[in-house]
Amino acid sequence: MATTTVPKQIGARVRRKEDPRLITGASTYTDDLNLPNAGYCAILRSPHARARILSIDASAARAMEGVLRVVTGRDVESSIGGLPVAHKIEGLLEPPHRVLAIGEVRFVGDGVAAVVAEDPFTARDALELIEVEYEELEPVVDVEEAAAGGPFVHEELGTNVAFTFPYEFGDIDAAFADAPIVIRQRIVNQRQIPFAVEPRAVAARFDRGHGKLEIWSTTQIPHLLRTQLAVLLGIPEHSVRVIAPEVGGGFGSKLNVYAEEALVGHLARELGRPVKWTGTRTEEFQATIHGRDQLADLEVAANEDGTLRGMRVELLQDLGAYHQLLTPVIPTLTLLMLPGAYALPALQVGLRGVFTNKMSTDAYRGAGRPEANFIIERVIDMVADETGVDPVQVRRRNFLTEFPAETATGLAYDSGNYDAALDLLLETADYEALLAEQAERRKRGEVMGIGIAAYVEICGLGPSAALPAGGWEACTLEVRRTGQVVVKTGVSPHGQGEETTFSQIVADALGVPLEAVEIAHGDTDYVPEGIGTFGSRAQAVGGAALSLALEDVREKARKIAAHKLEADAEDVVFEEGHLHIVGAPERSVSFQDVVTAAYLADDLPEGVEPGLASTRFFEPSNFTFPFGSHLCVIDIDGDTGEPTIRRYVAVDDCGNVINPMIVDGQIHGGVGQAVAQSLYERAVYDEEGQLVTGSLMDYAVPRASYMPSYELARTTTPTPVNPLGAKGVGEAGTIAGNPCIMNAVVDALSPLGVRHVDMPATPEKLWRALAGRDGGASPSGR
Amino acid sequence: MTTSVSITVNGRTRHSEIDPRLLLVHYLRDRLGLTGTHVGCETSLCGACTVLLDGKAVKSCALLAVQADGAEITTIEGLADGASYHPLQEAFWEEHGLQCGFCTPGMILAARQLLEDHPDPTEAEIREGLDGNLCRCTGYHNIVRAVRRAADAMSRA
Repeated sequence: MATTTVPKQIGARVRRKEDPRLITGASTYTDDLNLPNAGYCAILRSPHARARILSIDASAARAMEGVLRVVTGRDVESSIGGLPVAHKIEGLLEPPHRVLAIGEVRFVGDGVAAVVAEDPFTARDALELIEVEYEELEPVVDVEEAAAGGPFVHEELGTNVAFTFPYEFGDIDAAFADAPIVIRQRIVNQRQIPFAVEPRAVAARFDRGHGKLEIWSTTQIPHLLRTQLAVLLGIPEHSVRVIAPEVGGGFGSKLNVYAEEALVGHLARELGRPVKWTGTRTEEFQATIHGRDQLADLEVAANEDGTLRGMRVELLQDLGAYHQLLTPVIPTLTLLMLPGAYALPALQVGLRGVFTNKMSTDAYRGAGRPEANFIIERVIDMVADETGVDPVQVRRRNFLTEFPAETATGLAYDSGNYDAALDLLLETADYEALLAEQAERRKRGEVMGIGIAAYVEICGLGPSAALPAGGWEACTLEVRRTGQVVVKTGVSPHGQGEETTFSQIVADALGVPLEAVEIAHGDTDYVPEGIGTFGSRAQAVGGAALSLALEDVREKARKIAAHKLEADAEDVVFEEGHLHIVGAPERSVSFQDVVTAAYLADDLPEGVEPGLASTRFFEPSNFTFPFGSHLCVIDIDGDTGEPTIRRYVAVDDCGNVINPMIVDGQIHGGVGQAVAQSLYERAVYDEEGQLVTGSLMDYAVPRASYMPSYELARTTTPTPVNPLGAKGVGEAGTIAGNPCIMNAVVDALSPLGVRHVDMPATPEKLWRALAGRDGGASPSGR
Repeated sequence: MTTSVSITVNGRTRHSEIDPRLLLVHYLRDRLGLTGTHVGCETSLCGACTVLLDGKAVKSCALLAVQADGAEITTIEGLADGASYHPLQEAFWEEHGLQCGFCTPGMILAARQLLEDHPDPTEAEIREGLDGNLCRCTGYHNIVRAVRRAADAMSRA
């Protein structure tokens, strides 16, 4: 086809279009909204992990001056439905999840009552006047005990096990029979707190005249939220408008349908006044979803050359007290990605999801895949340790090399070249020199570790058949009369820079300047349809939908140009804002002329409708599978146990790159969150079910001086799954980072006989290992 | 009970009657509509609310508005002081020192203090100087580069 133009913007390092408003304070986040006559909502939360609610006396709060409304679970029971869980897990137990607890509270932070007052201070003061009488019950805290029996988080279920998911591939018994090497290990992915710097917030306004509810929310999924709120509140879907204004980070924690979103919508409807709720940081810690919290008991069979024979994995996922939107789905992604980058001849998995009296776990950056990659990449290093084969060689000997590659879990990896990424990594890091340096330092008694981890991630979520709520993405492209282009995309970014990257795609396709393109998102009345931004899908699925719409517009433009040039559409080429006859650039019309003709519509070719616009839905035929290899060098202070990441080198392959600056930024941030999990962060509930890491004083979100600089390089293996060839990059760093860092930690301690260390590798843990006090693999490491 | 304060914000002096328990950050956001200053933790640990008080970076969620009586406050909205952008704003843009942007105003104002203390900072000085401000998006890598770039630009100016 003669329509290809040389990309000028795609692949270029373009400064972000969204930044001017963000660096000047001119952007509007949800809490910045100041709706006239608004009431302010505050929520009374349970101080107990598990307790029966004997009585609630809100009379004093209701009588307080400035208080507009106080509601309890019973008050809203008939007007707000139960919170949803989206899944395709057979036999999943789904206990009711009310927006405010009824009868029993099930985690510290569970909502008990809501107050609306004239100002936020009065609302908070009023909370203190609500008297709740509780009968404390024995909390369910330890996930293994919870799996084994009572007490039960949901008494009526008679079990804490919400689902079991057995999986088997290949001849697992044969893999272990006569295996020369068998390794057993428990691997813990400790609970994490996502910590978007912007706390969640919701504002709502109800127009009685039209029966219309408008909701502003810190959400990654405005369209899915629209549908769910319509169902929860019993309002027709066309009468619900969800707006995600500027959103201050999500990392999966805003990929949900939260109680407050329904509650604030309902209260605005009931009061006939706008209502706003903004979470405090304490509420964020207690009542915004957590991530990870998975136990894996492994048995690995391998040959003496380091090739894998098979793996048995018992996975125990701590679900928390209720299902949030995707709670039970997350560990199924772990299961899917257990083979990592490797040919695994046999695999047996027993996965159980277990309720405990804690906040729900759900999607946190990587969502099940960091857990899987941590397991398989630790396995590779343990096999290397056991066989004496270099960890690089063990990886090479087990890599999948033919694509599409079928995995032990039934996936078909789209494209890849794992050796090439590893080659580039070793070259960039100068692996040989590092090994020599390490040998030297060890002679001097210094503690230095080198860690490598490969990864494959499952991205571009995804084919609708494989997802619980649709995996497509939608785009409406409108070329306005003046030649301005409006893109209405269903992916609703919150830091990923799609206003810039989508403009780059449009600029190349239509030959218009970046400034002539507006990327609209996050308003369900303006953007007709969409799914949202998560699972590294914005480019691979949302960008692909845009590509389809662009192709429609280009086709139509060529028809109109051909008519004006008295030629066949097949002979018209699109080039830098002009359309001309192939081989005759002087016979041309400008894109603007075509746009004008499309709207004047007084001389269009037969069968061509007026206007120049297209709406397309893109349904991916498969997931995408980005990959790469990371290396890190860690020094551990022999006296204090303090680890320092001296170098972090990452080679990533996310297919075609639209904007390298933005891709690099995603890797930096992703690895940063892996540094956080590996060395610093661990959410801890004590035996009473109290979240003892419930503040920034107790939960170690890393600061700038805790973090390394990053050295990045890239290979490029496009995916055939979408027209852009882009795979997605948002979660890669988090998925690669944990095993990379922890392999370095273990490597540093390996002369002492240490084979595994639980995350986070705190100075105390490492100091104990160095002092021979225990192996560092503290069983309480979760 | 209210109390009178006189606070100069971004060059303009305002006389206000305020509740004595009103925090400076709420005064800026709710009374003056300067919502570029964000609230991330209400406990002075995340730094999203950083503003300049008489030229020094402070966390406006940990100060009462009455404590700013008679003081000069600069928020992100006033940093460029009539120009399009302050060199720090330019540098954060150029180096991709922000993603979601929520920590950015506080980070930029903390960086301004840092460059006043260390006009030619090392990487370690930059990282330590920003330790009062949390960012979850960037891994700090490009923030450090942005501050270094701004230092170069400001030393040339």
